[in-house]
Amino acid sequence: MNKNIVIIDYGLGNIESIKYKLELFGYYVSLSNSAEIILKADLLILPGVGHFAKGMENLKNSGLIETLNTAVLELKKPIIGICLGMQLMTSFSEEGNVHGLNWVEAITQKFNFSDNTLKIPNVGWRSINIMKESEYFENIMDTQEFYFTHSYYINCYNKEDILAQTIYGHPFTSVFQKNNILGVQFHPEKSHKSGFRVLLNFVEKNL
Amino acid sequence: MIKKRIIPVLLLKNMGLYKGIHFKNYVYIGDPINAVKIFNDMDVDELVFLDIECSQKKGTIDLNFVKNLAEECFMPFSVGGGIDSLDKASQIFKAGAEKVILNTKAVENPDLISQISKNYGSQSVVVSIDVKKNWLGKYCLYVYSGGKQVNCNLIEWVRKAEQLGAGEILLNSIDQDGTMKGYDINLINWVAKEVKIPVIACGGAGHVRDFKSAIDAGADACAAGSMFVFHGPRKGILINYPEKSELNNLFKQ
Repeated sequence: MNKNIVIIDYGLGNIESIKYKLELFGYYVSLSNSAEIILKADLLILPGVGHFAKGMENLKNSGLIETLNTAVLELKKPIIGICLGMQLMTSFSEEGNVHGLNWVEAITQKFNFSDNTLKIPNVGWRSINIMKESEYFENIMDTQEFYFTHSYYINCYNKEDILAQTIYGHPFTSVFQKNNILGVQFHPEKSHKSGFRVLLNFVEKNL
Repeated sequence: MIKKRIIPVLLLKNMGLYKGIHFKNYVYIGDPINAVKIFNDMDVDELVFLDIECSQKKGTIDLNFVKNLAEECFMPFSVGGGIDSLDKASQIFKAGAEKVILNTKAVENPDLISQISKNYGSQSVVVSIDVKKNWLGKYCLYVYSGGKQVNCNLIEWVRKAEQLGAGEILLNSIDQDGTMKGYDINLINWVAKEVKIPVIACGGAGHVRDFKSAIDAGADACAAGSMFVFHGPRKGILINYPEKSELNNLFKQ
């Protein structure tokens, strides 16, 4: 039977590009905000480009928060959060000062450093330092570069959850994993073959 | 030194790829999707697509075309061309672009910057600024693909764009465009020190050493057109991009 990947469509983000690319690899992918479809999915992707508060507001307005909590926390469906999608998984964000999904002991904070040669947002190719071995890093080198674009970063309280860090002014969590939940700050779908490898690893290991 | 982005800028007219000099005399380069495929193999940092006919024709860059780009691009890309509402920007993000680029429409309606920024974050809004020196050597702002001068203080406009939520400034020099004789270093230096957001230098690059000069002057990324689509003194059409090692060496200096 074809496994079902669902990209959560909450009105924010460049979601089509992830769909196209997974389809190239023969996966069946749908975009949805329907509780029924999300609860039937084998794997979920929470994408996102945008403002944290707006993201939470859109999730709330589409009635998705409860559905996602059920799918992720109770049914333990594998989910990957990308960029804002990753940040929404934290408990709170300074971007709009609102609460998040609270799936990981972390908060989303604004970059704040004294080095004024560094611009905000952090846009560009940065390397990740792998802090903890993971099957999701198969065929990925330590110090591999990925594409980042963000003004806020997540601060994980539980060091065991941190899979990789990236330095921009200071180290921040660029990849975290907590049980069935993976979060990546970079854009795997826009980071050449190595980036896509991370996304494919997550899909392959979980389907 | 933190790694800087080197960005090919691809200009579109009627879905074909074109390149001109001083925003004029455009020559046909080829099929943009073909170019993307070649740039994919070269591990290009990022791509910029600008539909240069939109502002004059009162249209918006074709959404299906943006979708095609998103299918092909294994790198981030941004698009510009007649985006004049939050709704149009939303469609472009949904189609798969990372960023929208506003130029004429942002000058006509600066609020558009904050609308998009509030919904999609400042990292998703690039304000593109076309600059040309007047006969007194003063930098002036142009809109409509260099077709119309705007009577305003350039630095005030850049600061305002930042305040309204622009995440990057794409700074084009019309005087240097297509010349491949190097960036306008004074312009870059002048603008970059006025804002905290990244400034992408554009216009005039002909050699990798030009990137270094722009970055030393304060640019956070370097964009170029001619350099990545032409080759040799006779400007034969050849999609190209510097080797990773060449760029790494450049940033080590």
